[in-house]
Amino acid sequence: MRLVPREQPGPAFVLAVSALAVLLAFAASLVLLALYGASPVEALRVVYQGVLADPRGFAEVLRRAVPLTLAGAGLALAFRAQFWNIGAEGQLLLGAVAASGVALFGPGEGITKLFLMGLAAFVAGGLWAALPAYLKGRLSVNDVITTLMLNYVAIYLVEWLIHGPWKGRSVFGFAYTDRFPASAWLPTWPGTALAWPGVLLAVAFAVFFAWLLFATRLGFEIRVVGENPEAARYAGIRALSTLFWVALLSGGVAGLAGFVEVAGTHHRLLAPLQISLGYGYTAIIVAWLGRNHPLTTLLTGLLIGFVFAAGDVAKVALATPFQLVQVVNGLILFFLIAAEVPIRYRIVWGSDRG
Amino acid sequence: MDGAEASPPSQETPPFLELRSLTKRFPGVVANDRVSLSVRAGEVHALLGENGAGKSTLVSMLYGLLQPDEGEILLAGRRVWIRSPKDALSLGIGLVPQHFLLVKKHTVAENVALGLPGVPFLAPTRGLEVQLRQLGERYGLPVDPRAYVWQLSAGEQQRVEILKVLVRDVRLLILDEPTSVLTPQEARGLFQVLRRMKEEGHAVIFITHKLEEVLEVADRVTVLRRGRVVATLPVAGASRARLARLMVGEEVAPPKAERTRPPGEPLLFVEDLWVKSDRGYFAVKDVNFEVRAGEIVGLAGVAGNGQSELIEALTGLRRPSRGWIRLGERDLTGRDARVYFEAGVAHVPEDRTHRGVVPSLSVAENLILKHYRYPPFARGPLLDRRAVRAFAADTVERYRVVAPSVDAPVRLLSGGNIQKLILARELYARPRLLVAAHPTYGLDVGAAAQVHRLLLAERDRGAAVFLVSEDLEEILALSDRILVIFDGKIVAELSPGEASKERLGLLMAGVAA
Ligand SMILES: Nc1ncnc2c1ncn2[C@@H]1O[C@H](COP(=O)(O)OP(=O)(O)OP(=O)(O)O)[C@@H](O)[C@H]1O
Ligand SMILES: [Mg+2]
Repeated sequence: MRLVPREQPGPAFVLAVSALAVLLAFAASLVLLALYGASPVEALRVVYQGVLADPRGFAEVLRRAVPLTLAGAGLALAFRAQFWNIGAEGQLLLGAVAASGVALFGPGEGITKLFLMGLAAFVAGGLWAALPAYLKGRLSVNDVITTLMLNYVAIYLVEWLIHGPWKGRSVFGFAYTDRFPASAWLPTWPGTALAWPGVLLAVAFAVFFAWLLFATRLGFEIRVVGENPEAARYAGIRALSTLFWVALLSGGVAGLAGFVEVAGTHHRLLAPLQISLGYGYTAIIVAWLGRNHPLTTLLTGLLIGFVFAAGDVAKVALATPFQLVQVVNGLILFFLIAAEVPIRYRIVWGSDRG
Repeated sequence: MDGAEASPPSQETPPFLELRSLTKRFPGVVANDRVSLSVRAGEVHALLGENGAGKSTLVSMLYGLLQPDEGEILLAGRRVWIRSPKDALSLGIGLVPQHFLLVKKHTVAENVALGLPGVPFLAPTRGLEVQLRQLGERYGLPVDPRAYVWQLSAGEQQRVEILKVLVRDVRLLILDEPTSVLTPQEARGLFQVLRRMKEEGHAVIFITHKLEEVLEVADRVTVLRRGRVVATLPVAGASRARLARLMVGEEVAPPKAERTRPPGEPLLFVEDLWVKSDRGYFAVKDVNFEVRAGEIVGLAGVAGNGQSELIEALTGLRRPSRGWIRLGERDLTGRDARVYFEAGVAHVPEDRTHRGVVPSLSVAENLILKHYRYPPFARGPLLDRRAVRAFAADTVERYRVVAPSVDAPVRLLSGGNIQKLILARELYARPRLLVAAHPTYGLDVGAAAQVHRLLLAERDRGAAVFLVSEDLEEILALSDRILVIFDGKIVAELSPGEASKERLGLLMAGVAA
């Protein structure tokens, strides 16, 4: 068996192979479930009835997909510019902090309040990403490391706030803030926990980023800087400013995801792990799966959102551990990386003759 | 068509390599159309053809980079399937590509070691360094095995590519435009290598646009036009004119350098310029010169004598350590490439695939690589895609860039067509100063004449042109004044009348003349 490079895999082919990889990952997950002692048939039935056939279950898929898609679309932009932002998790948390700050202590009423919260979240997340971008552009400090480290800083910042200065007056021993005033709550779709404005935001930003990438000067710069930094310099593109805008946008939408989580679901700032479930990290898979195209993150965000929702249902109905979600996500990633081989190469059986 | 098949049918010993009716289609173009040819052991076989004629495509199939759609490849009479470069190398076929495929962050020796069988896991390059030095000496291809590839000039990188193949001990060596970046002396050195390989019974396929080189080193030549074999003929008895006619189908008149008006005021002032190389030593030392508006100043020199660093300093890509660069009244010293561009400096870079274009972006996008920021292509923060496409369609037509479409990625274009695209882009803004490095590198005779006409037209329009080239004929034909650089210093300034190839060659080698 030998591998022969393909000349040009078409988009339909790439899509088909990727879909197959995802199906295989699901199949492998069922095998794991069986090993765990749960019946795969039962699992399929539970997931079908609890997620796909039930509007409330589907709302749960969307609820998970919103932060994943928001952060994922931003990461697609960042990765295109070769800004290796591993810090969406921290940017999301910073967004949650900023939104909570405005909700609890800031001005505004009604829609103005929500708008201010979103804006604050965007700016906070964006600046949290702009710092490593600046260090990369100015001093060539490795962005993988700085963005990753800032995640921990963000986690401790949230912990400190909810144990210290922002700890609620009416929450007794618990470590979280007071509940937001009602004007700082995002409306939910009747009968579900889905804060629907989040869906609008996710779709709007995915579309906006795709448009930005292909129809604006900044998008052009992003693509040139990412594809060939030397040509970018030659073309007079100032990488530092491009990087700054990319970081601001990429971190900004991650911050918005944090805003949607606290204003739409929790209505208070609480422990980092409760706010995010690792959305910022999982968004890397979302972007990567979507081949760094902001529009495809709409699909891949939905897919991973489905995995999260299915994991929730399985946890209740089959008593599977919640970590199963991470395992399935890991399997999807694993199979997709493996899928690169058939996408890039033809497999030829036999030795010299064809 | 005067296509005499020159190889006698030999029943007893089949040719070393035989191609039968190879066809390769790409969307919108038949790059190779039933190409048949044979190469014997102990022969240097030249491939000649215009830009986009299909030469690189043909040898890519021999090296396993592309698969033929139809036809067969026979090696010593046996049919072979070459599915990857690994297959090719194991069959004894090596390729020195037109665009270098080196890992820039690795050293020369590491690049050679990559994929080489039998390289020890620990200290993989130790034995190799000695071997490389020896090979380099034997074949006249000196490089420092420990230098990083990103520090090397185009000419030096080419040497690495050649060495990479030579250490693998191939029986058929394919060279895709190897001499484009070599000086005449270096090229002659390479021909020595080829002759030695030939004597040892190796076969060589040699792609070039330079007819003299075909006449000098090849035994037979196959001419391609639009993917088809026009003729295969022995070189003995062929003339330059005949080859040119076969290639383009018509006579090519060299452009006349006669000027319509005398040069104007000095425009570019370079004073006391010192520039460091990536390796940290001074590559440009105390350089002083001027270029007038409406004047072409040629810079002759052997690759690696500071030209690259000087060009980068003159275009804002490298900060000088000392000295001044002024354009007219404007001091540009230490500013970045955007400021230089806006001041009216255009730059045809020497490394076109790594700097001059973004290979994965489209023809249209590459054409606006420097202009996207300004009207009519920019409207506020937006790009006017309609204007971009219209401009691209018009430019491709005017400069005769052969491309599947303006939306095709530039990586699909032939080498010569990429060069035309870069020139078209750089001339669009009507620059005051044009810095052109090897502007006809890789162009066929017709296209090279077209570029020469363009450069002369720029001169006549009143632009200052700084021409860096290793093609001495080009320098001699176009320049109003010639500077010679050696070891980072300008060692001579000559008028074209005083200069000759021989004298320049000596000056370039550092021998005072
Ligand atoms: N992968 C590809 N997809 C589509 N078209 C291609 C591809 N590769 C080459 N072509 C086209 O095939 C034709 C032949 O290209 P090729 O690179 O073989 O020319 P060439 O003779 O080497 O030219 P040059 O002298 O300029 O290097 C060109 O029209 C080119 O645009
Ligand atoms: Mg070619």
